[in-house]
Amino acid sequence: MSEELHPREAEGIVNPVVRAPDDESERGQDGRRLDHAEGTSKPIKAPAQREPQPRGAKIRGDRPIDQGEAAERFLAAPLHAAAHDERLWDLRRKRDTAAHGIPEWEELRELASQIKQHTLSNLDTYLEQFEAAARANGVHVHWARDGADHNRIVLGILRDHGARTLVKSKSMLTEECGFRHFMEGEGVEIIETDLGERIQQLDNEEPSHVVVPAAHKTRFDVAEVFARTLGTDPDNDDAHYLAESQRETTRPYILNADAGLTGCNFAVAETGTVVTCTNEGNADLSGNVPKLQIHSIGIEKLIPRVEHLGVFLRILARSALGSPITQYTSHFRGPRAGTEMHYVLVDNGRAARLGMEEFWTSLKCIRCGACMNTCPVYRRSGGLSYGATYAGPIGLIIDPTFNKRKYSTLPFSSTMNGSCTNVCPVKINIHEQIFAWRKVLAEEHQIPMLKQGMMKAAGAVLSRPAAYRAAIGAADSALKVLPRFAVYNPLNTWGKKREMPDAPRQSFHAWYRENRMKGGAK
Amino acid sequence: MSARDAILAEIRKNRPAGEHPLPAVPLFTPLVGDDLVAEFGERLKRMGGRIAEPGADDVFAGVRERLDGARVVASAVPELAGNRDLTAVARPRDVDDVDVAVVRAVFGIAETGSVLFTQDQLVVNAVAYLAQHLVVLLDPADILPNVQAAYLRPEFGQAAYAVLHTGPSATADIEGVLIHGAQGVRSLTVILCPRGGAAARG
Repeated sequence: MSEELHPREAEGIVNPVVRAPDDESERGQDGRRLDHAEGTSKPIKAPAQREPQPRGAKIRGDRPIDQGEAAERFLAAPLHAAAHDERLWDLRRKRDTAAHGIPEWEELRELASQIKQHTLSNLDTYLEQFEAAARANGVHVHWARDGADHNRIVLGILRDHGARTLVKSKSMLTEECGFRHFMEGEGVEIIETDLGERIQQLDNEEPSHVVVPAAHKTRFDVAEVFARTLGTDPDNDDAHYLAESQRETTRPYILNADAGLTGCNFAVAETGTVVTCTNEGNADLSGNVPKLQIHSIGIEKLIPRVEHLGVFLRILARSALGSPITQYTSHFRGPRAGTEMHYVLVDNGRAARLGMEEFWTSLKCIRCGACMNTCPVYRRSGGLSYGATYAGPIGLIIDPTFNKRKYSTLPFSSTMNGSCTNVCPVKINIHEQIFAWRKVLAEEHQIPMLKQGMMKAAGAVLSRPAAYRAAIGAADSALKVLPRFAVYNPLNTWGKKREMPDAPRQSFHAWYRENRMKGGAK
Repeated sequence: MSARDAILAEIRKNRPAGEHPLPAVPLFTPLVGDDLVAEFGERLKRMGGRIAEPGADDVFAGVRERLDGARVVASAVPELAGNRDLTAVARPRDVDDVDVAVVRAVFGIAETGSVLFTQDQLVVNAVAYLAQHLVVLLDPADILPNVQAAYLRPEFGQAAYAVLHTGPSATADIEGVLIHGAQGVRSLTVILCPRGGAAARG
């Protein structure tokens, strides 16, 4: 099999190569260009003009997020818009290459989906099994009803040990819980150790992507943030220099931290194991250096047995990065000698979501980000425009479960092209759930946007070809970078299932109006 | 009601309708050919790792330059002495000054170019990340065809800590520029070296 072994040197790319080809990180032992981890097949170099980074959606309490407004500002920054779009499309292309390299890909997706559905529909049993196994391994197990509970529990553990500093790896769950902000108020110093997440922490921004948290920033933005916060040379925007600066300034925190915390990719019920997948080695350091280690686990992360890792590990990194596996896959099962190990099992709305007939399968999500990378709205509006912990297609169906009013407009930030569903490694019917949310929100009158036309958000992104062409410099490149919106169109399939009018040529706006009316009349 | 009981009760109340049996996972045909050693090396290189044959007189010939240039070498293998005794390390942070760590892998995976360690091979888990460079001895006979085969091994149910390393630490969080040595080791070199060195030395 020729799975992802051949770099696509010949493929056109808008921006030129940023590093000399003889760089050790970019060339493998036999001289070929490397593109594993989240690296691009050819490193992208944004043009050298500086441009202020567009900021995310304006958050005003519980008032509905205006994603369209934030998206317009993102598109008004052509260098950022083009670099972001191209970067994520590259990940999407690598995902395709990796997926096509495995003959059983579709079978793996089906298996992963079935294993998750089975586990979720027996979640009480598997959680009890996981807890018992963990306790038998010497791990302390805690249960948190919500984010506030989680934060209080972790604070209690830290206080018991007199811990004042904590290094952590990237965890979307702790973002959900507002963990960092809470701990700041309690006088506990939290240090993010993932490069992208650290950039975001230092810039006082949320992550914009579940896998590449600073994907919306150019190296100039990073140079500015690091110069301001770490004292690096403001004129040196070399990615190697910037990454090395983060390594050197973060390591003392790792060595001296009183505690370490990681998220969890998979929690194995039969063995009580927590599995983390990273490229940087930072989760592994967070769990292996401090003498107190904590793992925060969303209860939907359970899988029954170790053998099932043989399914999920094969699809996770391929879907996320196009790599066969991440650089590090750590399996934490018991404490090191002389140390303490804690699990915090967090519900935060998941048990309630299990009871939502149309939406419970969103709990299958393994946070690979493939749906975000393939989504034309996401790629062209940036993750921060969603104003929520989870951006992109998966965010559209998860966020409203946290706050129906605040995120009431998000399910309208979609073209409904179905590409998200097609790339999802655990077969979540994302675009159908987006549509179902529109119905729910309309019926519950959660949509003040209704009067103004529901497609405002997606429309803002997709109706500006001029701005977009300006962003990437050449009109014909637009087709190259954004082909799937036109090509990858499953509206027919979707329509058949839902007894839709057979109208592939109908404009989406018109199509949507028709169907919204149908849904609303029910 | 405790948070635990409340969560479990809500899960039971909200159990999704329908039958969702646990599927049997078939053993898929490995993606790799019969030459597991070659396939392993090819995959490892694609993930940024390096592969070396042992020299005729010197197992470490392929990394001799790196070892000779190192101030602190921590060896967890009998084939090399090193100058930092991992069994005497008091705290994980104390291995921060290690230039090169040398460890033996439990097994390798041809599909991905990965190697497995547990706490028994690493002695101090943190050394596999805090060292600047990692040198791994792998017996060619210990290479499994794929990830699925790996997860049928007993180590995952027994070890307090088990980890698959696939090449060195990497990041591309800044504009997709690939960089080795994010928070962990800057390089990982696998030397194909049969087990038995320990036995030979008694």
